[in-house]
Amino acid sequence: METLLGWITTHQQIIYIVILMGFVGIEVIGRVPSVLHTPLMSGANAIHGVVIIGAIIVMGNAEPGNYLALALGFLAVILGTLNVVGGFVVTDRMLEMFKGKGNKKSTH
Amino acid sequence: MHILTICYLFASVTFILGLKMLSHPATARKGNLLAAAGMGIAIAGTIFLYRNENGAPLGNYEWIFGGLIIGGIIGTVVAKKVKMTAMPEMVSMFNGMGGACAALISLVEYNHLQHLIAAGESIEGMSGTVLVIVLGLIIGSISFSGSMIAWGKLNGTIKDYSFAGQNIVNIILLLATLLLGAWVVIQHGEGNLLYVIFAAALLYGVMFVMPIGGADMPVVISLLNSFTGVAAAFGGFLYDNKVMLTGGILVGAAGTLLTVLMCKAMNRSLKNVLIGSFGGAHAAASTTEGVQGSYKEISLSDAAMVMGYANKVMIVPGYGLAVAQAQHACHELEKVLVDKGVEVKYAIHPVAGRMPGHMNVLLAEADVPYEKLLEMDDANEEFKTTDVVLILGANDVVNPAAKTDPASPIYGMPILEVESAKTVIVNKRSMKPGYAGIENGLFFQPKTSMLFGDAKKVLQELVSEIKSA
Repeated sequence: METLLGWITTHQQIIYIVILMGFVGIEVIGRVPSVLHTPLMSGANAIHGVVIIGAIIVMGNAEPGNYLALALGFLAVILGTLNVVGGFVVTDRMLEMFKGKGNKKSTH
Repeated sequence: MHILTICYLFASVTFILGLKMLSHPATARKGNLLAAAGMGIAIAGTIFLYRNENGAPLGNYEWIFGGLIIGGIIGTVVAKKVKMTAMPEMVSMFNGMGGACAALISLVEYNHLQHLIAAGESIEGMSGTVLVIVLGLIIGSISFSGSMIAWGKLNGTIKDYSFAGQNIVNIILLLATLLLGAWVVIQHGEGNLLYVIFAAALLYGVMFVMPIGGADMPVVISLLNSFTGVAAAFGGFLYDNKVMLTGGILVGAAGTLLTVLMCKAMNRSLKNVLIGSFGGAHAAASTTEGVQGSYKEISLSDAAMVMGYANKVMIVPGYGLAVAQAQHACHELEKVLVDKGVEVKYAIHPVAGRMPGHMNVLLAEADVPYEKLLEMDDANEEFKTTDVVLILGANDVVNPAAKTDPASPIYGMPILEVESAKTVIVNKRSMKPGYAGIENGLFFQPKTSMLFGDAKKVLQELVSEIKSA
């Protein structure tokens, strides 16, 4: 019990972030129309690509002689980049089509 | 280091704003670009400004840039080349990449800990670190293998598979994985058990998605998407990195809500989707009560005639339209009919196609005006005054069994009530049941006639028939 309370106290900043971000995440997309479900999912998918930062840190900290760490880290950077770049580009392609529709609407 | 903090702060704000803008049609595209810009700044900041606890900058730049360039090129090319119809698979695949990335980070960090132990250093008091590594590994691996299965199911290479008692086996597997994880944490990270956990979590991901029916894949992808968010947040814990933490939790929370919203659109609970009543029960249901009977076919020229002389035509697009890339031909038909004085509208079921909003994306690509797209409730009102409903490759979303047959696996799902229209013309490639594998009684009703063939070809021929008439 004592250790748990101690852990909470030392990590309170992180715990606050987790709780508040949880609410922000829910509130922020609360009223999304179903039309936008797919692009929103795709956009959120790109945002969790932020895991790439962890991959970059792992890669940059790997000792030059540790081939396992180098290989896995390298793979992690590639996969993370795929997630970020692919995610944002696909989302943009989807939304580009909605934009075309908007223009059409204004000219009619 | 201070500048890096600002970079991360800025990126976190762009993620929140980006997500907010993404949920409004007018700002969605800008929101996506804003989040991408924030991501770019966070990545560049990390590469050049990151200092570890000893104050040393990152090394292995050639590897970092090599990985970024390879991943960047492949990601861009794949994302640009993919057909609009294959978008759902693509999202699933990229999601899996993120999950794998999180799992690999955990593996490398664990390897690093083992090196510390081998060097005689004590890692007492690092249980928190080990816990975060283990949890990141489990969630990332489940997300990766689950997404790969979802990807395979959506592009048709993997079929649904389930066996009796699979739910129980799954629960045992998950519990075993978690217990192993707890053991590693208590043991302070000694031994190679982590690789066993890695394998078990991968297996669980496969088993978890395998029995869930193809029609439920969007929900599963959305759920796995939020899993990857949580896995990224564990990375944030590990490095005390605020942008990973905020980005990860943000997506974890938003993804969970989105999953629930998607379930609501199908009028089903998340539990119902996950325990796989679609997968488990439907095999039995469809064999015991296959709706049989005779259906009638309609010729192209008759179909063209019926539609050309109608007052109001409603088009119900479904996955068949997407597969045939027939959205442009569909818009063509709409224009020809409007020229003839026919009122044409589209009835969009929220889960038509393979993802919510899929049909809107496709029809928008073909420049169909937004105001012609009716959502389900409005469409169901309009069907009452509609002369002809043209169903293009949609099946489950117009299956009356969802309303009438409590034994049907889709019972309770809101559907487009096309039967209230005067006539129904169904275009599909054959009499095979739809994606969920359920027979559709609608096809055997007297007011329904079938127009077999590839949606694009049929639409083009209809256009020329109506033009020449």
